[in-house]
Amino acid sequence: MATQTPVTAILDETTMIAPRSTALQVLHDWLTTVDHKKIGLMYIGYALLFIVIAGFEALLMRVQLAIPNNTFVSPQVFNRLFTMHGTTMIFFVAMPVLLGFGNYLIPLMIGARDMAFPRLNAFSFWVSAFGGLLLYFSYFGGSGLYGAGSAPDVGWWAYAPLTAKAFSPGHSTDYWTLAILLSGVGSIGTALNIVATAICMRCPGMKLSRMPLLVWVYLVMSLMIFVTISPLTAAQIMLMLDRYMGSHFFDTQAGGSAVLWMHFFWIFGHPEVYVLIMPAFAFANEIIPVFSRKAIFGYPAMVAATVGIGFVSLSVWAHHMFTVGMGPGANTFFVLSSMAVGVPTGIKIFNWLATIWGGKIHFTTSMMFAIGFLFQFLLAGLTGIMLAVAPFDWQLGNSYFVVAHFHYVIVGGILFMLFSAFYYWYPKMTGRMLSEKLGKWHFWLFLIGFHVTFDLMHIPGILGMPRRVYTYEADRGWMMWNLLVSSGAVVQTIGVLVFVYNLIWSYFKGPVAGADPWDAWTLEWSTASPPPSYNFAVIPSVESRRPLWDLKHPEDSDSHYE
Amino acid sequence: MAIEIWQNLAVLELPDVIHGPTSIFSPDGTPAHSVFGLSMLVLGITLSIFLIVGGLLLYALIRYRHRPTDINAAHEPAQIYGSNQIELSWTVVPILIVVMLFLATARVIYTTEHAPKPAEALDVTVIGHQFWWEYRYPKYGIVTANELHIPVSDRKHPTPTYLTMSSADTNHSFWVPRLAGKMDVIPNKINTMWIDPSVPGLYLGQCAQFCGAQHAKMLLRVYADSPAEFDAWIAHQKQPPVQPSLQDASVAEGQAVFLHNACISCHTIAGTVATGRFGPNLTHLASRDTFASGSVPNRPENIRAFVSDPAHFKPGALMPAMHLNDHDLDVVTAYLTTLK
Repeated sequence: MATQTPVTAILDETTMIAPRSTALQVLHDWLTTVDHKKIGLMYIGYALLFIVIAGFEALLMRVQLAIPNNTFVSPQVFNRLFTMHGTTMIFFVAMPVLLGFGNYLIPLMIGARDMAFPRLNAFSFWVSAFGGLLLYFSYFGGSGLYGAGSAPDVGWWAYAPLTAKAFSPGHSTDYWTLAILLSGVGSIGTALNIVATAICMRCPGMKLSRMPLLVWVYLVMSLMIFVTISPLTAAQIMLMLDRYMGSHFFDTQAGGSAVLWMHFFWIFGHPEVYVLIMPAFAFANEIIPVFSRKAIFGYPAMVAATVGIGFVSLSVWAHHMFTVGMGPGANTFFVLSSMAVGVPTGIKIFNWLATIWGGKIHFTTSMMFAIGFLFQFLLAGLTGIMLAVAPFDWQLGNSYFVVAHFHYVIVGGILFMLFSAFYYWYPKMTGRMLSEKLGKWHFWLFLIGFHVTFDLMHIPGILGMPRRVYTYEADRGWMMWNLLVSSGAVVQTIGVLVFVYNLIWSYFKGPVAGADPWDAWTLEWSTASPPPSYNFAVIPSVESRRPLWDLKHPEDSDSHYE
Repeated sequence: MAIEIWQNLAVLELPDVIHGPTSIFSPDGTPAHSVFGLSMLVLGITLSIFLIVGGLLLYALIRYRHRPTDINAAHEPAQIYGSNQIELSWTVVPILIVVMLFLATARVIYTTEHAPKPAEALDVTVIGHQFWWEYRYPKYGIVTANELHIPVSDRKHPTPTYLTMSSADTNHSFWVPRLAGKMDVIPNKINTMWIDPSVPGLYLGQCAQFCGAQHAKMLLRVYADSPAEFDAWIAHQKQPPVQPSLQDASVAEGQAVFLHNACISCHTIAGTVATGRFGPNLTHLASRDTFASGSVPNRPENIRAFVSDPAHFKPGALMPAMHLNDHDLDVVTAYLTTLK
């Protein structure tokens, strides 16, 4: 269905045929690159490496929990597993992969040749990458006196005073602190870059009101990163002062406050959830219209909802603390703010629904993952509303119901949309299509595994099973559910293996994609696949939100309606 | 009120599989019931939203799928860019739902957290430790561990139990799902909650805030006693344990071993030099059904194995292996099992 556009026709492709280089040259090229596309791909590759590690950790935990009183791993090892799984998945999988996609796509979508600060971009990537390596180095360097263990074992929230020297001897908590600190520096650097790029680097004619929604969402997400990562970084420095310089911010044995850490952590932690889900919204905003063959419904409403979520999400953090004893006044406030964030989120879902309505839906693998995202995100949002009801949270906070809820958001929402994005933009990144046949296998296996695991995981929570337990009593009626949940994890693993195989196989054998395999409308599809290092031979200029639609349908161009 | 109606409806509908010894859907006591009623209301509303929106989505996916055989298959569908009226409607309706849910929630928050405390209420101080529970009854001068005894509460003459909670080390959380929602037990902070079971019996739960290696085996047992049983239990707990000199020689020897070892720096046994406070009070250990925070049945062979090496039951527990020889283990076990 692809048609060559004037922009691609004008491309000088001779520069793309580089002479064969040695492995050392290739390595040097990647290590020293400041090209946003290569940095984006490195972010994605690095996240894929860590998702395999953290996924494996999850699998070990599910083996341990499959039956009650299991002794597959010791309690100490189990506590390290869930700490490392959570920390890795949030800071070294989700953040890098989402920033990686942003890095790759934003300049291409706004008709720019690179990010605003290419060197800062490379710096941010490498700092984050070293953070991840430091976290895992704790397995070798973390032990200390008094039988202290290796990797961190304080949970990914690292609640005080469990992180104090008295309860966490050795260096594992320090590795955790430093890893988070470095990852935060990298995230802030990239966020700064995204803001500057989106504000300053747009091609002629691309007013803010014509900017692709993906870029809008990334802009809001980056502004949120400024506000949320900073308290986390501050708290990490305070924790280091507590551990090494004798301060008492969180040291309860010397009068410090455990609750202070909770506030610091969650004023980062909850907006962080929206930082992570925002890119999923961004992908959906691009992918759902293309495969429904319709313009996005309610572009201004979508922008407003995104900004609205950004603001409201900064005032909801203490809904993680309904059981801390804040008193009825504070609890009531955070109930209202947490429910309020559901309104702009609902607007987004309704707009996607309206985009599909009246379209001609093409069920590609990418679209199928996006549809999975819509249903699952809807359900995750609704269990989120339940948990915003503080009394419900008094019962189910810190239970497996919560674990199921946020995995529904992160796996059912973010990861599904991420898979969708892989199938959609892989052709642009590599010049080859991913196999649709393997893709369908991947989709169905992962969908079934996901639902067996995370639908059923709500139930042990309702039956009173708290999270972060290395084992459980046999007489509580939790066993059947845990066994099913664990078996679903195996099916998901097989699905992911199919995906990894697809990524590798299609790189060599996949059908050649061409510049615009999906008959899409945004600027990245106007240049070659993969794009040359300079992205565009001629900087494009646009007259609407969908420049390629205008080129393909001059009789019915968007610019007439905007 | 709507909540009560939902509550009554819901009890009829729930399948058996959702009930259990620690299920939030088998409530007993006012706080657990009011949360349950509210949960049913919220569940009803969210389920309706899911069915409506999910149903529309499913319809759209089927109705508007691309049909290659269609006459117009080659043409793009009509492009529609939005509608302010529609946007407004799906903004206002959710706002109304949020307001309604918020009011119902605020009502339960205030009726639970601001409930007036009756004069007949029992006060118990709960102290969380790695990895066990200490209970103090200030009015009666009783200190016990891991098994909380409280009176049942009559609807007409309520005798709820008010728990005043804090932690000796890391964060914990007191969660007995059938009685009430959880409340965190935090060092340097005093939290309160109340429970009022109406049916005598044993209510189970466990620590719900990650507190270290043995978080999983920091179980909770709440015994709701009839008024007569409760008074008898109090009277019994107030008495010092029977002195071993009146009994056989191995018990007396066991007491000597206990009192001459490090046991006394962590454990208290009333009437002896053992006055430690790091570990559970053992004054009436033998009157309990379980030990090691509810995770081990209270049988002599288990006590012997635990004293020999606590890590056998709870790897990561703070009590060290005592390295006693077999004879000393036997006599200490004999002594501990007499502490009725």
